[in-house]
Amino acid sequence: MEKENRTIPRIMVIGEVRRNTVLPVTFELAGKASELAAKIGGAVDVLLFYDRLDEPVEPIFQAGADRLLFVEDSRLGLFNQEIAVKIGLEALRLYPAQIVLAGATTSGRTVLPAMAALLHTGLTADCTGLDIEPETGLLLQTRPAIGGNVMATIKTPSHRPQMATVRPKTFPKPAPVLRSGLTERLELPEDCFSSRIVPLSYEKVSEDYTNIQDLDVVVTGGKGLKKPENFALLEKAAHLIGGGVGATRPTVEAKWVSYPHQIGLSGKVVSPKFYLAAGVSGAVQHLAGMQTAEFIVAINKDPEAGIFKIADIGLCGDLFEILPELIAALEKEREGGE
Amino acid sequence: MRIAVLLKQVPDTDEVKLDEEKGTMIREGIGTVINPLDLQAIEAGRQFIEQEGGTLSVFSMGPPQTEESLREAIAMGAHTATLITDRKFGGADTWATARVLSEVLKRNGPYDLILAGEKATDGETGQVGPEVAAMLGIPFSTYVSEIDKKNDGVIVKRTVEDGYETQFLPFPCLLTVLNNLNQPEMPTLSGKIRGHAAKLETVTASDLPIPEGELGLTGSPTRVSKVFYPKIQRKCEMYALSDIRKGIQRIVRELKNRAIL
Ligand SMILES: Cc1cc2nc3c(=O)[nH]c(=O)nc-3n(C[C@H](O)[C@H](O)[C@H](O)COP(=O)(O)OP(=O)(O)OC[C@H]3O[C@@H](n4cnc5c(N)ncnc54)[C@H](O)[C@@H]3O)c2cc1C
Ligand SMILES: Nc1ncnc2c1ncn2[C@@H]1O[C@H](COP(=O)(O)O)[C@@H](O)[C@H]1O
Repeated sequence: MEKENRTIPRIMVIGEVRRNTVLPVTFELAGKASELAAKIGGAVDVLLFYDRLDEPVEPIFQAGADRLLFVEDSRLGLFNQEIAVKIGLEALRLYPAQIVLAGATTSGRTVLPAMAALLHTGLTADCTGLDIEPETGLLLQTRPAIGGNVMATIKTPSHRPQMATVRPKTFPKPAPVLRSGLTERLELPEDCFSSRIVPLSYEKVSEDYTNIQDLDVVVTGGKGLKKPENFALLEKAAHLIGGGVGATRPTVEAKWVSYPHQIGLSGKVVSPKFYLAAGVSGAVQHLAGMQTAEFIVAINKDPEAGIFKIADIGLCGDLFEILPELIAALEKEREGGE
Repeated sequence: MRIAVLLKQVPDTDEVKLDEEKGTMIREGIGTVINPLDLQAIEAGRQFIEQEGGTLSVFSMGPPQTEESLREAIAMGAHTATLITDRKFGGADTWATARVLSEVLKRNGPYDLILAGEKATDGETGQVGPEVAAMLGIPFSTYVSEIDKKNDGVIVKRTVEDGYETQFLPFPCLLTVLNNLNQPEMPTLSGKIRGHAAKLETVTASDLPIPEGELGLTGSPTRVSKVFYPKIQRKCEMYALSDIRKGIQRIVRELKNRAIL
């Protein structure tokens, strides 16, 4: 049985807990969902399921949730898509929603399609914009199409719920608002925890690996670096300003750097305070992954390079001359300053 | 073993050209290829069959010229190929595509293992694989970069954001695969001849027990309501030649203002 009437339209954010902490995309989506909810006179539920959570839940309300629905069970340690799908469906059965959002993470992009298939509804992948159409109250889901060359706005006119996955870092982490909400523990039938899939293990890439999406500074290299060895120059610059190294797709395909560094349409979206691109032409597919950075510096020898169109500062010249000079200037600052 | 591979024909280019007025893709003069990740799926299927014996069947839904891609799949080692084509399928979104593919797999199946690409280069949704699995009611895994056969199923390695997960899935199951799974080999001459001579099976809407209302554009829950060009522009302070030094100083100042340096 449903637990409530449907008078207030509800938006459900399927949040994500990984290694006992709530992923940032959950807050980003709670914030966006509360904006959308305001436009339809609705309310926001955040669903979390995990085996253990090592942090307080208040920030979820402060980000925009009206209610937290949670499932805590020792069997939820390792990701199991079959169980995640069952939990999502059961939560929606108990708490029907007009709109369902999740992060376009490897988990969200796995669980949501299976849910949409079984709910017989539409799902828009990798949205970069969400809004409400004033006349109809429908969710407008905007995503890059045709290799990022154009944007398409997609609607789900008559199937419910309207579902979308959103790339992490697309929306800013909302500034916390002092507010609280309801917390409800979902008691789910045993069947929700049974699965044909047996998760065996999880292994981190390497202990010192930090996800570039979590850094304030990203220094990216493109084909203009010419050789894999030259990424050392970038690493040096990145190191001096506490940043990580990003890469364009061709450099990843050439195996100069590994895939977790790729930024763009088919890589990661980053939104750091400071972004430096050296030897990057600025193809739309790359811009799709970094255009929301707060401050962008581009180094390129081609004055017409597209990257300059979205940069705040452009250095037009040979990166093999400019980067060493920049590194020297940064080193000088660090010595002088501390 | 019976293995099925889902493959999609996609435009053969990174530099897709657009009709600026209509916002649609200009398809003339652009060749088509098998979606690159689907080549990995075919190769994985081929290796399985080589070791375990059995048949490898490929399926593709698309316009009649999709036949070429199916013949290429046979050249690469597939035993049978099914072209799923009908005007009524046109304009299908991922739900309506998965609806058709899952019915065809039921009709021709059952299969022990179904393989698909993690995503296609044109739509980039990555939704079709999981949707097909859900409609068939079989377990599935995604982002698979290693597959090992184990008793009555597979052990897979999934590549996730910050690491790897391993999972066991019993047969029947569906996997969507990544490009580091294997190195597909180009078809041999005898393979090409086989592909050329092969008799393909064709499936149309009337072969499937799907109500008209669930097919193609009509049956698609999603609708494209607008297509537009993103306008991204910032005012760029440019420094060149002898001004580069000034530019660098400007960057240093900016880093200090932002408390990064
Ligand atoms: C569906 C699809 C998805 C894609 N996804 C991504 C993605 O996620 N990420 C991504 O990055 N790309 C992606 N691409 C590819 C994208 O279209 C471009 O091909 C790519 O971003 C170009 O990479 P680049 O800038 O390193 O190389 P290039 O375009 O070759 O640019 C190199 C630049 O370096 C400059 N240069 C060369 N030498 C020097 C020097 N000595 N000093 C200074 N400057 C120099 C050149 O002027 C040039 O501008 C995708 C494409 C498609 C179709
Ligand atoms: N029309 C289709 N016919 C057969 N397989 C498809 C079709 N569309 C998608 N697929 C499969 O689903 C995968 C993901 O595609 P997509 O969801 O479009 O990104 C592809 O790599 C194919 O394996």
